[in-house]
Amino acid sequence: MKSYILPEFKIKRDNERCIECQVCVRQCAFEVHKVSQDGSIYSENDKCVACERCVTFCPTKALTIEEYEHYIKDNANWTASVQRNIWKQAETGGVLLTGMGNPKPYPIYWDHLLLNASQVTNPSIDPLREPMELRTYLGSKPESLEVEISGGSVRLKTKVSPQLKLEVPIMFSAMSFGAISYNACEALARAATELGTYCNTGEGGLHEKLYKYADHTIVQVASGRFGVHKKYLEKAAALEIKIGQGAKPGIGGHLPGEKVGEEVSRTRMIPVGSDALSPAPHHDIYSIEDLSQLIYSLKEATEYTKPVSVKIAAVHNVAAISSGIARAGADIIAIDGFRGGTGAAPTVIRDNVGIPVELAIAAVDSRLREEGIRNRVSIVAAGGFRSSADVIKAIALGADAVYIATAALVAMGCHVCQKCYTGKCNWGIATQDPKLSKRLNPDIAAERLYNLVAAWAHEISEMLGGMGINAIESLKGNRLHLRAVGLTKEEMDVLGVKVAGAPLS
Amino acid sequence: MIIDATGLHYKELNERIRKAIRGGARKLKVLGVNGQRFIADGLEGNVFITVEGVPGNDLGAFMKGPTVVVRGNGQDHVANTMDEGKIVVHGSAGDVLGYGMRGGKLFIKGDAGYRVGIHMKQYKGKVPVIIIGGKVGDFFGEYMAGGILLVLGLNTGYSKNGQIAGNFLATGMHGGTIFLRGKVEKYQLGREVAVFEPEEKDWKLIEKLVKEFSNDMGLSAEKILKGKFIKIVPVSHRPYGNLYAY
Repeated sequence: MKSYILPEFKIKRDNERCIECQVCVRQCAFEVHKVSQDGSIYSENDKCVACERCVTFCPTKALTIEEYEHYIKDNANWTASVQRNIWKQAETGGVLLTGMGNPKPYPIYWDHLLLNASQVTNPSIDPLREPMELRTYLGSKPESLEVEISGGSVRLKTKVSPQLKLEVPIMFSAMSFGAISYNACEALARAATELGTYCNTGEGGLHEKLYKYADHTIVQVASGRFGVHKKYLEKAAALEIKIGQGAKPGIGGHLPGEKVGEEVSRTRMIPVGSDALSPAPHHDIYSIEDLSQLIYSLKEATEYTKPVSVKIAAVHNVAAISSGIARAGADIIAIDGFRGGTGAAPTVIRDNVGIPVELAIAAVDSRLREEGIRNRVSIVAAGGFRSSADVIKAIALGADAVYIATAALVAMGCHVCQKCYTGKCNWGIATQDPKLSKRLNPDIAAERLYNLVAAWAHEISEMLGGMGINAIESLKGNRLHLRAVGLTKEEMDVLGVKVAGAPLS
Repeated sequence: MIIDATGLHYKELNERIRKAIRGGARKLKVLGVNGQRFIADGLEGNVFITVEGVPGNDLGAFMKGPTVVVRGNGQDHVANTMDEGKIVVHGSAGDVLGYGMRGGKLFIKGDAGYRVGIHMKQYKGKVPVIIIGGKVGDFFGEYMAGGILLVLGLNTGYSKNGQIAGNFLATGMHGGTIFLRGKVEKYQLGREVAVFEPEEKDWKLIEKLVKEFSNDMGLSAEKILKGKFIKIVPVSHRPYGNLYAY
């Protein structure tokens, strides 16, 4: 069948600058750049995904990628991308697949919330000279604390549930070995260890070589139970039951057989080349009671030494669901908003299902407070955190900490081309091709991750100090430090914030 | 060593079992079990546990090594994500047995409920096995990715068409093998599978498994092996390979 699909991008090669070194040819796994018989280099536009690998590595900066200009008669509904998708489906009959988070221009509530700062009264604190505490603990907190004082020493009598100690309120969100390369997994584990925070294995098991980072690893138990065994549960600081993911609420995951090579096969404990299917539901969980059973099954298996988290996608009824999860015995609830990323998801699901995490955090925090059970669980927010400002706003809305993943990938080199599902990631991240994954040096990638989070931590300290607060836990759920611009009354009600300029009471 | 479970909450009972094992006990008898959950959950090593009564859900979940013999019925989620070891139930058991099981054996003398043997996986030498003496409910072997399921249809008073499994049999199956000592109609099957006559090597396996099962249950293997067996296997290990537009 003749394809009607036109290229999305156009490669512009400045022949004045090009030295025909063929770096671009070698760098592109999509085989965009080719050498012709006479030795000159040409590019096939239709294969380009705009990952910018060739542009970045061209030693003479001879390449630029531009949008392919083909005239589509001006139309607000039937845009070039809408037409392209229809042609793709008309030519294949397939479900449109994509990667990374929702790119549509839905409102980003972070950009409508402004932080407070101290002026004159309650003076701001200078974090360069004064202690600033970003440490926080995740896990179930007791209703009250009983202490015993004898002979000048104080002893805690209340038995406190196991807690995760975070030196920064930022963790690396679930990305499986399979979706991302071993080198990317190692970089995340090393950076998490150095930062005093945690990385999350996703549902792809834990490679044996990463067991040494166990104290900074959260392992996931998902519907497919890939690589879940006694050792896996032991080599973790916490366990996370994955119910849903922000990029694809209500549906499961299919890791295509192409990505299941020898190492992934061993870690997931499935044969080489077979599809790894994680269906939408855990077929043993149909109720809060069933969820509770899995939570306690994991607690029994690990003798109540590790907190158990339950990760859900932010959906319309997220507050009531979270209340159920808290009552089911979870120590942590991870809420993944609709801008959360993925290695592969149907485009229509990613772009149309779920709700923004900003609204979800506020709704869940409010609901749990109203019910008097907020202390029973920590809230971890995920889904498209772009900067330290987003993080601190999430904490002010009521989150205990956040998960970042897309930002972490970008730090390692990802250019958000959204082709993770092809396994041809030129940046060596979302691939299992040994030649490609070798491009990601774990030393450098770990350093870049460390730098990013350390920089965000410093910015958070500055913003906290500006508010006259010296501990991140004092900001948690303190929504008076947020004011809204350009939001409706209903939106502000859900967020629990006042409009900028409104008096305190 | 004998542990009396009468009146104990599961948390206390399981703590006592773990303590006994830590103290060196290798043979345990747990009496008066009445619905306590998570027995042998996450237990490791060469331990033999006899359970008198009806254990609650998630018996032997995440278990790696021990043998558990139940003198009574089992409930739901027996052998959930079990890794190694063996569970023998001298009665019937409930739903979702052997979910995500990746090794070891689960033998049920009587009938089993819905969604038995789903998401089972195998990797190299590690092949989980479930044998059901009676019949099973719907969604048997759903999403099965590896391992062996065997249903013997004993004492079920064979329905007139000889069906011993329910509907949606092997839906989404993409690995492993199911053997039934009985018949299956096309409408019962997921579209990812096909029915075959067992081959020579299958017979050897069936014989070996039936003998072990009969030995554990005190039944006659010879009599069971006289029945007619069928084999159900997936037609593709990538059932959804063509679902997407790249």
